[in-house]
Amino acid sequence: MIYLDNSATTKPDPSVLDTFNKVSMKFFGNPSSLHSLGAESERFFKKVRQQVAELLTCQEKEVVFTSGGTESNNLAIKGVANYYKKRGNHIITSEVEHPSVYEACKQLENSGFNVTYLPVNNKGIIELNELEQAITKETILVSIMHVNNEIGSIQPIEEIAKILKKHKSILFHTDAVQSFSKLKIPLKDVDLLSISGHKINGLKGTGFLYVKSGVQIDPLFSGGEQEFNLRSGTENLAGAASLARAMRLALNKLTRANQIDDLKQILIESLQNIEDVKITTPKESAPHIIHLSVPGIKPETMIHALAQRDIYVSTQSACSSKSADISRVLLACGYETEMAKSGIRVSLSYETTKEEIKVFIDVLQEEIEKIQEMLR
Amino acid sequence: MQYDHILIRYGELGLKGKNIRTFLIKLQQNIQQSLITYPDVKVKRTQGRLFVILNGHDPDPIIDICKNIFGIYSLSLAVKVKNDEREIRETVLKMMSKETENKTFKIKAKRANKDFPIRSLELNRSIGGDILKNVPHLKVDVHHPDIEVVIDIRAEGTYILTEIIYGPGGLPVGSSGKSLLMLSGGIDSPVAGYVMMKRGVKLEMIHFHSPPFTSERAKQKVLDLTKKLTKYNYHIKVHLVPFTEAQQLIFKHYPKRYGMTIMRRVMMKISEAICQQENILSITTGESLGQVASQTMESMNVINEVTNLPVLRPLIAMDKEEIVDISKQIDTYDISIQPYEDCCTVFVPKSPVIKPQRKRVILIEKDYDLTEAIKTAIEETKIIKISHTNDEAIDELL
Repeated sequence: MIYLDNSATTKPDPSVLDTFNKVSMKFFGNPSSLHSLGAESERFFKKVRQQVAELLTCQEKEVVFTSGGTESNNLAIKGVANYYKKRGNHIITSEVEHPSVYEACKQLENSGFNVTYLPVNNKGIIELNELEQAITKETILVSIMHVNNEIGSIQPIEEIAKILKKHKSILFHTDAVQSFSKLKIPLKDVDLLSISGHKINGLKGTGFLYVKSGVQIDPLFSGGEQEFNLRSGTENLAGAASLARAMRLALNKLTRANQIDDLKQILIESLQNIEDVKITTPKESAPHIIHLSVPGIKPETMIHALAQRDIYVSTQSACSSKSADISRVLLACGYETEMAKSGIRVSLSYETTKEEIKVFIDVLQEEIEKIQEMLR
Repeated sequence: MQYDHILIRYGELGLKGKNIRTFLIKLQQNIQQSLITYPDVKVKRTQGRLFVILNGHDPDPIIDICKNIFGIYSLSLAVKVKNDEREIRETVLKMMSKETENKTFKIKAKRANKDFPIRSLELNRSIGGDILKNVPHLKVDVHHPDIEVVIDIRAEGTYILTEIIYGPGGLPVGSSGKSLLMLSGGIDSPVAGYVMMKRGVKLEMIHFHSPPFTSERAKQKVLDLTKKLTKYNYHIKVHLVPFTEAQQLIFKHYPKRYGMTIMRRVMMKISEAICQQENILSITTGESLGQVASQTMESMNVINEVTNLPVLRPLIAMDKEEIVDISKQIDTYDISIQPYEDCCTVFVPKSPVIKPQRKRVILIEKDYDLTEAIKTAIEETKIIKISHTNDEAIDELL
């Protein structure tokens, strides 16, 4: 099996799963229970939070465990919107956000908020002057992702933060789900930041939202006021522990990010030699995502053909690939509908090898020829 | 040029005459113990001086750790070079070229190795001249320089150092014997422990718990406080005394108003017994005069009567604010203020006797014999060992 769909999800590290199992059995007590089992769980949970905070170099009270990227993004956006709605009703985001940001904003529009969706250039990046022009007195939140999940473009978070510094009342959220452990996380530049466990060899159902000390948000759930009253629900201690471990392992790999980038360069060079392939990933982009299209062949056909050969890649974002066949992100980048329909995403991991890339290229070439033969 | 050494100065330790070697070995061991997570960083002792050898490590985290080790008066980052005039000259110049602001400096060469051909004064003048020529915004001030560059020429090589960073002073923990700290979980007792450790005392803890009146979390609080103090005293034994039975008997058989005083006396007796078991020569408490009912002169007089071990009360004359300041500084405050019942708050009578009298208390105690309960409490005392290194079982999971 050659698994090249790591931006959709990754294979859990066995030791992460082991942590989940052991913690589930050993610390099954509810951290909020008064008895000694509860106290043990509470104490262990403290350790987990401490480790996450240390890895991020933030304070413990700034880490809010959630069920993953989608919840973190929803909590950040709706949380800020609802808490600060008296201050203003305007939110700025981009046209290339992940659905959990994009649709959350759409939903807020229904309840009276105004949302500006910033366009992007052909590299998938927002223009800073357009951001500046979009800011109004009503603006309370800017949410711009760090790395795009379809084409891998990197947004200029630091520069955005510089602009927003001039507007003290605007909070800045970034979705760092795709960039954690691949790029340095711009924690110091933002007020809120989302991370997901299963994108970094952790488990599904784990993640957290970084909420900078002093930033107020409304919770999404009502209940037992866990997680500093920002996320009610009995703490997923085993999940949080597995996330802490996955994060530690992932950050250890960050120094090898150029290794993935080398693979990406090899892949791009080889793809350029295949006549019918167009590379749609911008030059300066995240090291692990390559986006390409084969005009004339439906991506679905391509995916299935490759899957038959035990190679797994993706069409656009896995989260939306079932519903729509035209990529919103590619359209936003200025591609024709034909191209936006035929996108294929190849996403690497630290486990991907040179040999796998070579096999992938050969098989891709063969399959393109075969399909074209059939279509003729 | 990269700093490869940290020179450790030990001030007061230097006054200890013939004992100095023992003190120094203790200090060396403590530094090594503090740096246990940096296995390739070594601590070397040569001719009465201590050096931390960085072996390529980033000095900043190491300095942060050393700043908290008792017995260290000050420290300086140093570069070691050969006893070669040119090399010394070039290194000093490189160090000073990094200064970007207008500052004054002074060169202070020390020639412990008299084989070195150039005299100290001569070296001061010529290297100083070099700097004046090459770094125009630096000026000489021999009396109150901003930067003092020390060139320490010794048999094994020359150490060049500038900045002085101050440590906490005091004596190396373990060089002044052992004391049993009565740790309640409040703000004062960990501070008392800290102050004693600064004076070189090694600690063991004693804690009285009364389940089910006191909770697991109250016990955990004491263990967490101990963990904080292992930063200075690397391995600490905590004696956990089951106190429920004795406490119930006290409040059943003696007048309620005297319950507090008698309870304190019983605690003191148990502490003395633990000291005997463990070869500990004194008891330390966090008492501060007048703070609560048991901390009046009369109370202390009556409570102290049951033991002839020295009872050390380092906070006795300190204000609450001063104590709180230290507890914040040593990071125990936030743990101490967690609101769990401890054994002293469980059976508090409405109006305890504030000025008990010895004679009267001794008379009252005759009404009921607590010897058995005390014996049982001592026998059933559990020992928990807490170490400054991380909890391996948990670390393995994360």
